[in-house]
Amino acid sequence: MIQKTAIEMAAALKAGEISSVELTQAHLDQITKVDSQVHAFLHIDTEGAISQARAIDEKRNSGVELPPLAGVPLALKDVMTQKGIPTTCGSKMLEGWRPPYDSTVVTRLKENGVVILGKTNMDEFAMGSSTENSAYGPTHNPWDLTRIPGGSGGGSSAALAAFEAPLAIGTDTGGSIRQPAAVTGTVGVKPTYGGVSRYGLVAFSSSLDQAGPCARTVLDAAYLHEAIGGYDKLDSTSINAPVPPVVAAAKDGNVKGMKIGVIKELQGDGYQPGVLKLFNESLELLAQQGAEIVEVSCKYFDYALAAYYLIAPSECSSNLARFDAMRYGMRVGSGSAEDVMNLTRQAGFGREVKRRIILGTYALSSGYYDAYYGSAQKVRTLISRDFENAFKLADVLVSPTAPTTAFKIGEKANDPIAMYLNDIATIPTNLAGIGGMSLPSGLAEEDGLPAGFQIMAPAMQDDRMYKVGSALEAALLAKWGQPILASAPKLGAK
Amino acid sequence: MSNISRDDVANLAKLARIDMSDSELDHLSNELAVILDAVARVQEVAGADVPPTSHPLPLKNVFRADEVRPSLTPEEALSGAPAQEEQRFKVPQILGEE
Repeated sequence: MIQKTAIEMAAALKAGEISSVELTQAHLDQITKVDSQVHAFLHIDTEGAISQARAIDEKRNSGVELPPLAGVPLALKDVMTQKGIPTTCGSKMLEGWRPPYDSTVVTRLKENGVVILGKTNMDEFAMGSSTENSAYGPTHNPWDLTRIPGGSGGGSSAALAAFEAPLAIGTDTGGSIRQPAAVTGTVGVKPTYGGVSRYGLVAFSSSLDQAGPCARTVLDAAYLHEAIGGYDKLDSTSINAPVPPVVAAAKDGNVKGMKIGVIKELQGDGYQPGVLKLFNESLELLAQQGAEIVEVSCKYFDYALAAYYLIAPSECSSNLARFDAMRYGMRVGSGSAEDVMNLTRQAGFGREVKRRIILGTYALSSGYYDAYYGSAQKVRTLISRDFENAFKLADVLVSPTAPTTAFKIGEKANDPIAMYLNDIATIPTNLAGIGGMSLPSGLAEEDGLPAGFQIMAPAMQDDRMYKVGSALEAALLAKWGQPILASAPKLGAK
Repeated sequence: MSNISRDDVANLAKLARIDMSDSELDHLSNELAVILDAVARVQEVAGADVPPTSHPLPLKNVFRADEVRPSLTPEEALSGAPAQEEQRFKVPQILGEE
């Protein structure tokens, strides 16, 4: 049962073939069996999950009509607050902190009867592309335990690929939902900025951060998207409009007559040949279904990575000022308040977080502000214009999600620039605030590891990604004869 | 190569309230020089005629009605406090003796 899709599980629950307690226990058992090897979870809420599941079973047995995902388990990225449950953001700074409130995403999951199994590992404060920056140790890619599961949401993607959960929540500031999905053979969606509330999401870079659904199929992601999305008065940047019809689009999957724009700048040098080959094969499948493939140019995308690594650190240096040892979180040392802050932030933050805080402090300091942060904001305008022009020629834009398949743990840990290049294809959408999806395109011929196909759509047209994603997923499934994760090595008890 | 000295990094660490070790300062000044070289590219295309974008959405102030409504209890609000006293956050001394 744990290998089924979330929607198949929901159907089995509805038909009374299995109870939510049984389904939840099956996932907890899988976690017990494999998580000592994968390390997807930082906290497992066994009691809470079973009690949520029991409550759903009781409601169902009493004949109450339940939402579609009721009783289905989910893994929550540890950057989201859940009342009374440890929330660390992968940092020593928040070790042991139990937030006194639910994030809006958690509130909506609970309203929808989704069972929260626990909190997943991540790069500290969501800064990274490999989950190696977690203060609690790395997560291992279920496809090859010596490799990274992507980042920052590597715990969520690994949990899906290891069948520890059928659904997960991620957050995406520069690719932290999509790149982990790409390297684990799973599906991840960064909705339009403002499409899912940020209330209770511990802020990294507020103008870029966006929570979204992670799953093993496009349709599962669509159901989760509908459950968590929509206006929230607790987030002043939440868009006050209905959630785009993503479930209907995923069920439709008809791309006949759609124009699909291939971004010239997001391929070529730096992209692994096997990843590009799979990308081109996917395009061919979409063309066979009646989509028209066009090439578009977004010439300022070459500057996106540079702009991102000024904007995100600048916003992070300001956002992480809240960790001041006064109201919650770690407190180290004695003396003046300033001494305590200095010592606590030194002890509580890891290397990458410090690096970005210092970089951001520099970019925002007087004398450098215009040259760095100011220039980066202008590049942001140019990238948005590139997208606007490209969307005049195409309904959706596509690229490989990440330039390579999963690399070895430790391989890039000492080379920040090489690490940052992982996000080269995902960052432009965050800068422009539009949506992006990654779904598996196959296994690269060089290493047999999964690669991702990225689909981008204009703001609040997220349904287009689901339509195209669903069409491609169906064509690939027909070609392979089984889901991609059926080829992943079986993880045994250790 | 961007000109960022070890003293510059030490000053940034002071501004950011991080008591960095000597070896971290050495390491980071080298790394920052490389990273700044890579990101300085934004200046190539940031012409005076390009307006800056600080946020993907047109932001406006959002106000709510000034009404009493349920919120965290003092116990909940203080639940994560490193130290507390009489329903307040207890913090190290901020001002001098004078």
